[in-house]
Amino acid sequence: MIEIQKLSKKFNNNLVLNELSLNIETGQTCVIIGRSGCGKSVLLKHIVGLLRPDLGRVLIDNKEVASLRELELIALRSKISMVFQGGALFDSMNVTENVGFGLIEHTHISYKELLSRVEESLSLVGLGGIGNLTPSELSGGMKKRVALARAICIRPEIILYDEPTTGVDPITADSINGLIRSLHDKLKVTSLVVTHDMKSAYHIADKIAMMYKGKIILEGTPVQIQNTADPIVHQFINGFSKGPITDSVDILK
Amino acid sequence: MFTLFFIDLGRRMLEFLYFIGGLTSLAAQTVYLTFKPPYRYEHIIVQSKKAGYDSFPIVSVVALFIGFIFALQSAYFMQRIGSEMYIASLVALSIVRELGPVLTALVVAGRVGASNTAELGSMQVTEQIDALETLATNPIKYLVVPRFVALSLMLPILTLYANIIGIMGSYLICVFKLGITSSMYMNITFTSLAYKDLFIGLFKAWIFGMLIALISCHEGFNVRGGAEGVGKATTRCVVFTFIVIIAADCFFTALFYFIFP
Repeated sequence: MIEIQKLSKKFNNNLVLNELSLNIETGQTCVIIGRSGCGKSVLLKHIVGLLRPDLGRVLIDNKEVASLRELELIALRSKISMVFQGGALFDSMNVTENVGFGLIEHTHISYKELLSRVEESLSLVGLGGIGNLTPSELSGGMKKRVALARAICIRPEIILYDEPTTGVDPITADSINGLIRSLHDKLKVTSLVVTHDMKSAYHIADKIAMMYKGKIILEGTPVQIQNTADPIVHQFINGFSKGPITDSVDILK
Repeated sequence: MFTLFFIDLGRRMLEFLYFIGGLTSLAAQTVYLTFKPPYRYEHIIVQSKKAGYDSFPIVSVVALFIGFIFALQSAYFMQRIGSEMYIASLVALSIVRELGPVLTALVVAGRVGASNTAELGSMQVTEQIDALETLATNPIKYLVVPRFVALSLMLPILTLYANIIGIMGSYLICVFKLGITSSMYMNITFTSLAYKDLFIGLFKAWIFGMLIALISCHEGFNVRGGAEGVGKATTRCVVFTFIVIIAADCFFTALFYFIFP
């Protein structure tokens, strides 16, 4: 279970997270929606321990991430995978080395078994047989899927997705959504997905949480979110250019 | 006007303190992780090839020309006082104690240091360094330690090579232009050099190698703001490294002057 308790983070004078609280049950797929730049990726980085909170804490299975010692953090990270927005594939390695990186670094499996696990992960994302290509030879959508293969290759218990469908064509986006859903159904992986693609959010989420001004202002099932009366959430999910979100920006200006 | 000046001065002082703090922290972690298993020999070999083997051509050219120039400049003065034969000892001592280590370090800082910053900076802006961490791999152990070990091993070797090439350049000028006999040149060179001179030069090269690795990796890790940030960090790396190398050389020259007068 992931528990985020009153998390605050400031960069210079910009308060990005403002006492944000959220719980994600084990095996649940939670989608966080919100405008670009509202701090969704910052939240993910706190969960995996890439950033330390100014105030508040993140607990994973009752262990506080920011207070873990090096070996405990390594043990925790070997249970968590993160799919970065741009893929974050290692340029100096081919696809096989990228996907098998976690296994190469932290296990002693044979080369044959490694290749088999990598190929299995690549096949799951529909990219079998491309192990010898380098990241520079892949399209944007392929990079995202290879990043997803890298994330699932270590068989994690938690996967964090940073805008997995942004910048890919609708068919690839749908296949990525299907994959996230099937990982949830088959492997009971806990997933936290950051996106502003509402079609994707409705497709994969058990729970949707709307982030606004550094806080979670509403959380609920996709149906509850679709039927909400909250004017901020309503404007965001329907993509209206006029409403309380944009009005508050105009007032600030 | 004065207020703005002091605000700017204060900002620069703070930046400098952040730089020193960050560099010291990186140095401490790097040294600790260098001796902590697992040892990544294959990465060290790859980095040694990039930093050392691939630098031999440029170091050869620079050292040879420095040998030529130094011999000719020395001859300009030495001929006036009829002491051409001492060019050999002047060149040998200057190259082995000062010019060899400093010029090799500057060449390597420009070639390898800049490349390290650009490579790590690109990895930073494309979140590859964050990805390494999420894959439970320490980026300092994985990226900095091999570069640190490779540069601290390769710079003394390159310096030794630059010393030989520089003295050879001076030999060519003295023997074929100034008419000093080959045996006399070699004799004066070897009698004027002591082991401590070689040791001082190579010790400085070892320190410079570590400094180049640490500064270049520190700048690479601290890149912000995409391609423009990578460019700025690369420039800053070269400028900082040049200044630090010259300052460290000054410090160690003074130190050794008092320890081994």
